[in-house]
Amino acid sequence: MNKRQSILLQRTYLILVFCFMYLPIAVMIAFSFNESKSRALFTGFTLDWYKSLFHNDMILSALGLSLVLALVSSVIATVVGTLATIGINSMSRKGQLLVNNISYVPVVNPEIITGVSLMLLFVFVQDKGIGGDGGVFGWLTLLVAHITFNVPYVIFNVGPKLRQLDPSIYNAALDLGCTPRQAFFKVIVPQLTPAILSAFLICLTYSIDDFMISYFNSGTMQTLPIAIYAMTRKKVSPEINALSAVMFVVILAIILISNHLDSRQYRRTQSAVRSAMAEEGNK
Amino acid sequence: MKRRLLALLLAGAVLTGLCLPAFAQDITVTDSITVSGDYDWDRLADEKITLNVYNWGQYISGGDSDSEDVLGPFEKLTGIRVNYTTYDSNESLYAKLKSGGASYDVIIPSEYMVGRMKNEGMLLPLDFDNIPNFSRIGEDYLGWDFDPDNTYSVPYTWGTTVLIYNTTMVEEPPTKWADMWDVRYANNILMFNNSRDAYAIAAKKIGLSMNPSSVKEVSQVMEELKEQKEMVQAYVMDEIFDKMEGGEAALAPYYAGDAITMMEEQPDLACVHPEEGVNFFVDSMCIPAGAKNKEAAEIFINYMCEPDVALLNIDYIGYSTPIPEVWEMLDEELKYSEIAYPGEEVMERAEVFTVLPDEINAAMDAQWSEMKSFDAEGSGWMVIVTLLLALGLSVFNIWRKLRKKWRDNY
Repeated sequence: MNKRQSILLQRTYLILVFCFMYLPIAVMIAFSFNESKSRALFTGFTLDWYKSLFHNDMILSALGLSLVLALVSSVIATVVGTLATIGINSMSRKGQLLVNNISYVPVVNPEIITGVSLMLLFVFVQDKGIGGDGGVFGWLTLLVAHITFNVPYVIFNVGPKLRQLDPSIYNAALDLGCTPRQAFFKVIVPQLTPAILSAFLICLTYSIDDFMISYFNSGTMQTLPIAIYAMTRKKVSPEINALSAVMFVVILAIILISNHLDSRQYRRTQSAVRSAMAEEGNK
Repeated sequence: MKRRLLALLLAGAVLTGLCLPAFAQDITVTDSITVSGDYDWDRLADEKITLNVYNWGQYISGGDSDSEDVLGPFEKLTGIRVNYTTYDSNESLYAKLKSGGASYDVIIPSEYMVGRMKNEGMLLPLDFDNIPNFSRIGEDYLGWDFDPDNTYSVPYTWGTTVLIYNTTMVEEPPTKWADMWDVRYANNILMFNNSRDAYAIAAKKIGLSMNPSSVKEVSQVMEELKEQKEMVQAYVMDEIFDKMEGGEAALAPYYAGDAITMMEEQPDLACVHPEEGVNFFVDSMCIPAGAKNKEAAEIFINYMCEPDVALLNIDYIGYSTPIPEVWEMLDEELKYSEIAYPGEEVMERAEVFTVLPDEINAAMDAQWSEMKSFDAEGSGWMVIVTLLLALGLSVFNIWRKLRKKWRDNY
């Protein structure tokens, strides 16, 4: 095989992989502009589904609940998880292994088991009379459930980064006059920030996506995946296509903007380093 | 005695006649919703009630731009806030209520689920003084076996199952369920992906009831489904819309109201009530035990039976209405549609689902799952292969670790 052929093969492979990943989304976006409700025949272009999406209180309130829930639960899970990681890190080797393995269990466990067991726990609590007349199910149980399945992801994102960190950095900060708290916030946290941020984003996506666990613990509330699932007797409304298209575009925009900012900052530091080096050379 | 009664009735009639104009001023809530003024709608307005309504997905008017919201006007009229959420099947509804994970005030199960919940004490008897509009419901839709005196349920919609077919893909129009076993349409047949509805079709095909009385009967009918399986393209629910509208299959059973929707989208489609007899279903509004706001729930049920509201809902859902007054208001075309409002000869042969004993229910579920994994011998092997693979991987992993340990020891 000559070089050109191999490049051709590489390109085709890459294109195939991208098609596999993005074609379904492209089809969905195309059908969000379809005039009829059909998902098979394209009858004409319209923006009606977008218009009616913003009039559909049920979908919008489900979306609102999903977003707020995802944000709040991810923030709490990130804080709890980061603190847990720091605690775990200062344990003995055996203790670390034990706790890490225990926190792995919810991740490898099928979601339905987590969902049902949480529900049983809440029912038990409710039967004890806690939660009063209305019962405990609702916003609180949803939040607790989401935090529960999010925390392990934070531990497994922040943990490795923390282990890579040179312990002498912390000691150096103490030597240079930091109190332990200052050393933590001024030295450790900034080092961990990229890992914490990515953990937060993972939590956010898992939380918005989650169906199983929310389904069992939502009480009379309804997150977006539950609302969509309930449409399956009649037909999933094309408004959902429109909504997914909007979400896709928003997320894409966020990624592009953040990448752009990152690369600009990278270039700036690079040029600063270069000019500093040049100055050094001039001396 | 009789004469006295008559006199009393007459006096009553005159009295109401006199009183009516005084306070029965109809209330106009929005341009298209006017409700009877003869009812104290806002009596609970000061109590800051949130009513939890649990309904089928897309089973109420409002929600998209072509249909009018009915919940907003209800909130405006009564001062009761509605928390409206949805489910996908009777079984999900049942599971949710049974788990104790939520408390609802109004639910809308189908007839056999009403019967089951009633038997298990999961429903509250309704106070019909709060639901005067109950009298608007047509007699044909009351007094069915699942709730003979309608103590627990108020019909919301009804319909029948029908056989939908693509006129360009069949040689002659099908007339009976047995046509779904016709080899000519192999791989062009869609089937219900829920045990009860699929069972009903197979049972009717061989002349049995859709409500089996013994486990043996269940097995006999399941044999029919197994036989049909080779010819079935897919077991589906809502995907039927796309597959039929896109011309991917020739025959499919579904609910009448949805069939009309499909036929509007795709003129090649037609449908028929198969001659062996169809399933007649009624979805009814009920109040589950443990409801926190029973009176508010009754106000809601009464509101849903107001002709204007019911008309909007029926218009959106596409199923048939149990309220004759609403039927009168429909388009001529829909009003006399054989599909939505079938005549005597179809209704005579229609059958309603009844509550099955636990033993038969379990047998039906088990055999349905077995039927669906039937002939898929691959799936049985797959489990073993996957298990072996997992075992092999872990053995390899342990061996690798051990080897590493030995090497380190040198």
